[in-house]
Amino acid sequence: MEFFQIKRATDVKQAIESAQMHPDSLQGGASIRFLAGGTTLLDLMKLDVERPAQVIDIHRLPLDRVEAIGGGGVTIGATVRNADLANHPPIKSHYPVLSQALLSGASAQLRNMATTGGNLMQRTRCVYFRDTATPCNKREPGSGCSAIDGFNRNLAILGTSDRCIATNPSDMSVAMTALEATIHVESTQGKRSIAIDDFFLLPGTTPQHETALAPGELITHVTLPAPVPGNRSVYLKLRDRASYEFALASAAVVATVSSGKIDHVRIALGGVGVKPWRSREAEAALLGRAPDATAFEAAAEAALQSARPQSQNRFKVELAKRCLQHTLKLATQTA
Amino acid sequence: MNKDPKKPNTSDDDPVTAVARVTRRSFLARVGAAGAAVGAGQLPSAAFAESDAAPASDAPAKATDGTRVHVRLNVNGRDHQLDIDPRTTLLDCVRDHLQLTGTKKGCDHGQCGACTVHVDGRRVNSCLSLAVTHEGEAITTIEGIGRPGALHPMQAAFVEHDGFQCGYCTSGQIMSAVALLNEPYGHTDEEVKEAMSGNICRCGAYSNIVSAIQQVRRKA
Repeated sequence: MEFFQIKRATDVKQAIESAQMHPDSLQGGASIRFLAGGTTLLDLMKLDVERPAQVIDIHRLPLDRVEAIGGGGVTIGATVRNADLANHPPIKSHYPVLSQALLSGASAQLRNMATTGGNLMQRTRCVYFRDTATPCNKREPGSGCSAIDGFNRNLAILGTSDRCIATNPSDMSVAMTALEATIHVESTQGKRSIAIDDFFLLPGTTPQHETALAPGELITHVTLPAPVPGNRSVYLKLRDRASYEFALASAAVVATVSSGKIDHVRIALGGVGVKPWRSREAEAALLGRAPDATAFEAAAEAALQSARPQSQNRFKVELAKRCLQHTLKLATQTA
Repeated sequence: MNKDPKKPNTSDDDPVTAVARVTRRSFLARVGAAGAAVGAGQLPSAAFAESDAAPASDAPAKATDGTRVHVRLNVNGRDHQLDIDPRTTLLDCVRDHLQLTGTKKGCDHGQCGACTVHVDGRRVNSCLSLAVTHEGEAITTIEGIGRPGALHPMQAAFVEHDGFQCGYCTSGQIMSAVALLNEPYGHTDEEVKEAMSGNICRCGAYSNIVSAIQQVRRKA
């Protein structure tokens, strides 16, 4: 691990001013990093993938509350621990897909450490990104992609480019994408809000840029809109072992059925996309239709139509389709 | 000599020889000292325990010079003042600076659970946490929950149920299991397995670990 200076911030103002004061506060190029749970950042610093010159400890910022907001939604502080969010009674009852996604990720210890903001900033598990001995366009722009002709079994099939096929590993962000969350950020330049689907970027020719965060910006909280009345939501995760493993394919579905027809549905896929993958195509295929196997199949076909599998992950196309079909069934079946 | 195999020889009155008192660790330490002439001056930090608990401070961790950071840590109820490299993980801090070597380093990347300790009563991977970020928090290691002759019920249950073979993952398993009993997980064997999935045991003592945990829960 390379040497860094560490500073503890006790409030948001202090944190963003510390980030601003640094002469070269590039979050993409990472000479400065906010440290909360550390479960991604410290791991990557040990591998020399992350090499910040300055670390700002934000884990005790007063952003650790989950609160109801006007209109029926909820605001989630950036330093709320994943375990606390998953077990928060209103989250469990009104946004079960989020609770299920969080509890399907990592281990109990990691969920006690990892935060809401940190989970959004989680980086890919691509083995070449994590190995500084190999070329990787995300880690070292222009060096090439080792995964395209290499070990790519667990990598993305949706949204890839010829520069990068890395998968976003988060479960939480997939559920938040289906819930149409908004990410709130703050810097010395002011505050702004970003829809979660715009927060995550496609790799294109610049895979080093993963989010819409500007240099020095700090995630302060995430808001979820009020749940659609009568909705049911489900997260289903398929992986190589039963627990403590990243998704090969996952699906988050929020759906409302009334008078035998699907009249509201939001779909996001995990484990298969370069970002948490909102599928408006699948949603369009379902809207106004009866929740039956034919409709689910059409939705799955629509969701994976643009899939571009690699040499080792063709199986993910079928796996993701079946994952989505089963999740739709769970979210719409009547008891 | 030791009539009760569950009870280690720890009393000064025990008729054990000096050779029997040599542990693997003390042996390695002596060989290391003789072989490499490592002196006390080369210890990785200046660490000392305070007898009186100092009041907690919210002051930011301050650098003593360019390379060391002064930090006050409360471990197993004792306050320690340390000047450490900011890169020091909580795991390396308790093992190398406080000589609390019951906490084990397995993967050092949050994938195995051998390094599990409690921070303010919650289980965490100490390998993925910087020591300097824990000022003002209560850290508990395996040494803080029980000791020979006064085992924590979970330690006793692991012995009774053979919840280990080589023992390397055991302190992490026990710390995880103790915390688990205070967490909102279900009580079936399946739910215990899920809640313990962050602790890998390469010997495969899993079913006995589950038995030990369930016994402690029933008696609690």
